[in-house]
Formats: sequence, C-alpha cells, structure tokens
Amino acid sequence: MRTGYDLELVHLTKRYGDTVAVRDLNHVFSPGSYVCFLGPSGCGKSSTLRMIAGHEEISEGSILLDGQDVSRLPPAQRGTAMMFQNYALFPHLSVRDNVAFSLRMKGVDKDTRHKRANELLDLVDMTHLADRLPAQLSGGQQQRVALARALVTEPKVLLLDEPLSALDPFLRIRMRSELKKLQRELGITFIHVTHGQDEALALADEIVVMNNAVIEQAGPAREVWAQPDTEFVARFIGGHNVIALPGGKATIRSDAVTIAPEGLPATVIAVEYQGASVAVSTRTETGDDVLALLPEEQFFAAPNTPGESVRLAWDERRLHHLRA
Amino acid sequence: MAAHFLKNRHMLGWVQATPLTLVLLAFLIAPIVMIVIVSFWGATEFSIYPAFQFDNYEFLFSSPVTYRVFGNTLKYALITWALTLVIGFTVAYYLAFHIRSQTMQIALFLLCTIPFWTSNIIRMISWIPFLGRNGIANQTLISWGVIDEPLEWLLYSDFSVILAFVHLYTLFMVVPIFNTMMRIDRSLLEAARDNGANGLQTLMHVIIPLTKPGIMIGTIFVVTLVMGDFITVRFMSGSQRANVGRLISNDIGLLQYPSAAATAVVLLGTVLIVIAILLRFVNIRKEL
Repeated sequence: MRTGYDLELVHLTKRYGDTVAVRDLNHVFSPGSYVCFLGPSGCGKSSTLRMIAGHEEISEGSILLDGQDVSRLPPAQRGTAMMFQNYALFPHLSVRDNVAFSLRMKGVDKDTRHKRANELLDLVDMTHLADRLPAQLSGGQQQRVALARALVTEPKVLLLDEPLSALDPFLRIRMRSELKKLQRELGITFIHVTHGQDEALALADEIVVMNNAVIEQAGPAREVWAQPDTEFVARFIGGHNVIALPGGKATIRSDAVTIAPEGLPATVIAVEYQGASVAVSTRTETGDDVLALLPEEQFFAAPNTPGESVRLAWDERRLHHLRA
Repeated sequence: MAAHFLKNRHMLGWVQATPLTLVLLAFLIAPIVMIVIVSFWGATEFSIYPAFQFDNYEFLFSSPVTYRVFGNTLKYALITWALTLVIGFTVAYYLAFHIRSQTMQIALFLLCTIPFWTSNIIRMISWIPFLGRNGIANQTLISWGVIDEPLEWLLYSDFSVILAFVHLYTLFMVVPIFNTMMRIDRSLLEAARDNGANGLQTLMHVIIPLTKPGIMIGTIFVVTLVMGDFITVRFMSGSQRANVGRLISNDIGLLQYPSAAATAVVLLGTVLIVIAILLRFVNIRKEL
C-alpha cells in the first residue's frame, strides 16, 4: 500500500568522474519505519543518504517523497532533515539558538522561535542546558541537540549519518534506544546509515545492505539476518558460517553447529569463552572457517582444545542455500 | 646543591622563563621605559637636558596641529582598515570556500605572498610612475578619451597614500582570515543549508561570526601598521600630508628627542586604547 510520506528511489545513480559510488538504486521505503543502511566503508550508503538529503548532486535517476520529485529541490524544501556525523552544531550559538536556527532563517520572530525550540529541547530532555554553548556539552548531549535541531523543521524523513559513531560504547547503546523510542513517538521515517550490524539489527524495522554501490539485500531485520541472499550479506551481518557444499554455497548459523561423533571433519583453531556460550573456531578440510557457538554447559561436558580434530554436525533443515 | 636547586619545580619554571624574559626586558620594556623617561626631559634649540617636566606634553596637547595630525592618522587607519577588510575577506573567502583542491589553495595562497618578496619601499615607489601626472594611468585614460586632462589627485594625495597602504597591508588581513576560515568545519555549511539558510544567510549567521577572531587579528595588524607608519605617507603624499609618524620623524630630524618621545608615548597610548577596544568585542585567545 502506498500512503503519504513514503520515500522512493528511482534509478538513483552517483558518479564521481569514472567511479560509480551508487549504481541504479531502486527502492521504496515504507512510511514511518526505521530503516538502516548497512555496509562497509565506501559502499555508497553515505552517498545515497547525502543524495536524499540534497547535499550531493544526483548523477541520474530521481528521489520521490510524498509523491513529489524532490531530486532537484534544495535540502530545506525536500521535507528531509539531516543529522550529521559530528553533529555540526554551530559553535558560536547557544543550544537554544542552534535548535531555532532554521526558524530564524525563515524569519520567525524571536519569541515564537524560542518557544518552539524549547518544546523540541523538552522532547530530547535538554531544557536545562538550553543556554550553554555546544562545546560545553558531552557527546550524548550534543547529539540530542542535533536531533532537536533536525526535528524542528518537522521533516517527513530524518536522515542520520552514522549518528552513534562518535560516542563511547556505553552511550552508544543508550542513545540507540532513545533514537528508536523517538522514532516510534514521532512516527516519521528514520534513515540511519551505519557500518555496525549490531546497531542495524537492534534498531531497524528494515535493513538495506549495500555493497559495491548496489543494494545486496533489503528487508525486515529478521529476514535479512535469518535468510541472507548472498555470501556477502551472510558474512557482513554476522552469526553465520558460509560453507561450500556440492550443491553450491550455503550458510549455517553458528549457534546451529554442534560437535558430534559423525559429520564434517575439521580442526579446532581457537576456543573462546564468552560467558553463556563458547565460541569454537574450526577449519574444515576444504579450508572453510566454521564457527560453532556452543552452549557453555554442552562445551564443558566435553571440552575441545586447539589442534584437536573434530566433526561438525547440524540439522540439515537449518542449512540456508545462498542465491549467489 | 645546584642539582637540588634545579629539582625544585618552581625554581625550574623560573629558570625556563628567564631567557625570554631577558629578551623582552632588553628589547621591549627597556626601550619603552627609556622613551617614557626622555619624554619628560627638556630641550632647547641646541641641547637636551634631563628633567621631569610636562612641557613636551603641554605643547603637544595645546597645539591644534597635534589634533589634526592624530585625526589624519586615524582617518588613514580607518579607511585602510575598511578597504583591506573587504578585499581581504573576499580573497580569503574565495580561497577557503571556492577553491576545492588543496594544492590549488596553497598555490594561490603563495601567489598572494609573492609581492612580499620585494621591499615595501620598492612596491610603494613603483606606484609613482603609474600614478604621476604623465604616468601610465593618466596617459591611458586620456588616450581612451575618458578624461581630457591629467587627474591631479592620483598621486601625492590621500588617495595615493591609502592606495599604497591597501596594497601593502591587505595580505595581513588575508592570512589570519584565511586561517580561521580553513578551521571552519565544512559540515557546518551543509548544516546551515539543511536548515534552510541561503548563501547570504550562511555568510551572515555562520561564516562571519566564526571568522571574527581572524578578522580581529588582521585588524590589529593593519591598524598598528598604518598608525605607526611614516615612510608611506611621506613618499606617496610627496611630503604634503602628515601623520603622527611623520611628526615624530620630523622632531627626530630636528634633534628634538624629548618632543619626539612624548609624541611616541601618546601614539603608543592611542594604539593600545584602540586595541583594547577591539579586544572587548572579540575573544581572540582561542586563535593563538
């Protein structure tokens, strides 16, 4: 079903000279969803985001938002707002003035724009620091201000360029739950670029995996994780072993591999205790690395040591054949 | 004993600060103190004698010439500042935001500095054949039919003095402004655009506020240079215009050192007041 506010990419292409950064993307984002663009550096995910935002010119194709071609519009008229990787807060303006910046540009009078900025600061729980300068805030606080500044324009789509990468691991986990909560409350589409698969799995309603300027796979987070289309996706999203079988390549989840009396012969390379489970890295005779994630009790009932020859087994039904 | 002495943290700090302190004492503080002392001395037509009297200052402050010359000096400083600011800002802006490749930026920046490989005097004097009554400018304008007779105000006028000042000192504005501009995070400009700012609004609300410290440093350079100058005024006005520097140099020429010292002290005070006022507006500490 196509309702208002949906965002569509049509044959979207970006070239820098001879190199193609984004090749012929076609995708429809369902409205009000949390979308994660996932991929390694240089895969074109940031270029795609910047094209949607209007900060990068489109070489070919177009971007439709809410049934309107926005590809030639300036950023502020597209109905999108962007949150930058380093937040890009104006260092000479107070938190409140940062949030009210876009209203000031529109010529809104001071009282109205400060009132509106205070509402947004309230939303991100930053009212008490409204008179500070950005340099006087922590990374997490700066991010909230950047969010408030982006949201003050009432965007239909919020674009986030690696929003959590500047934070320490602890804050990262806290901020990502806040992002998710905010998205649910506002009901607008969030497009979040990241290279961390855990971040994407934790946040996304829909994951778009990109590699070499194209979309490798797109779909709900569970689907992308459980049924990767390609070897690249299986390896990038993690938790999978890719094994060459006579019928072509297949993946098996690490937690579905067991060590058994009968099965694929392999040698143990390393054993890593992870608390609830034990990660046993093995190499098969064909040279594939296979990771078996064994429940802790099961492993210590019959422990293995590096160098040992073992046999790997799994339930055939859990084997997932790759398309390519 | 000596080793123990040096281990004391406070003592070590003092020892480390000593060389620079001595240099500053010998070459900055001592001369200024000397000038202040001499400014209270007395002079006759043929001699100077140590004293503590206010004659020099009294004469200085009671003479209308002083006020006219100080006014003229401030006028030169103000006009030169305004022109170098506009030109310097524009050049720096072009270099920092329009030239994308860093190699090109460096090349063009070096190009700006090439005139500085020749001396001030030569650059100044080279204007004379250009601006003179039968100079290139007048001849060209006459041959184009723009004017019928040579323009008298091109040379030996306020115009030529300010022209030379602007020519000599614009780079002192370009360098600090360019330097601050290069430190502006480019994503701030995108953020401004994302928030609906047009080019002019980005300039007014983002670039200029963030460039203020550079503007201020350039301003201090230009103002102090122009206020302390005497040779440019002398050459470019054909000795028909005066500023404080010339007043001092004339006094020295007449061996009236106490009077020259008093004028120098007043000039120093004026420049310091100007800088103090400037620093009230902008905090440049984070640039240093």
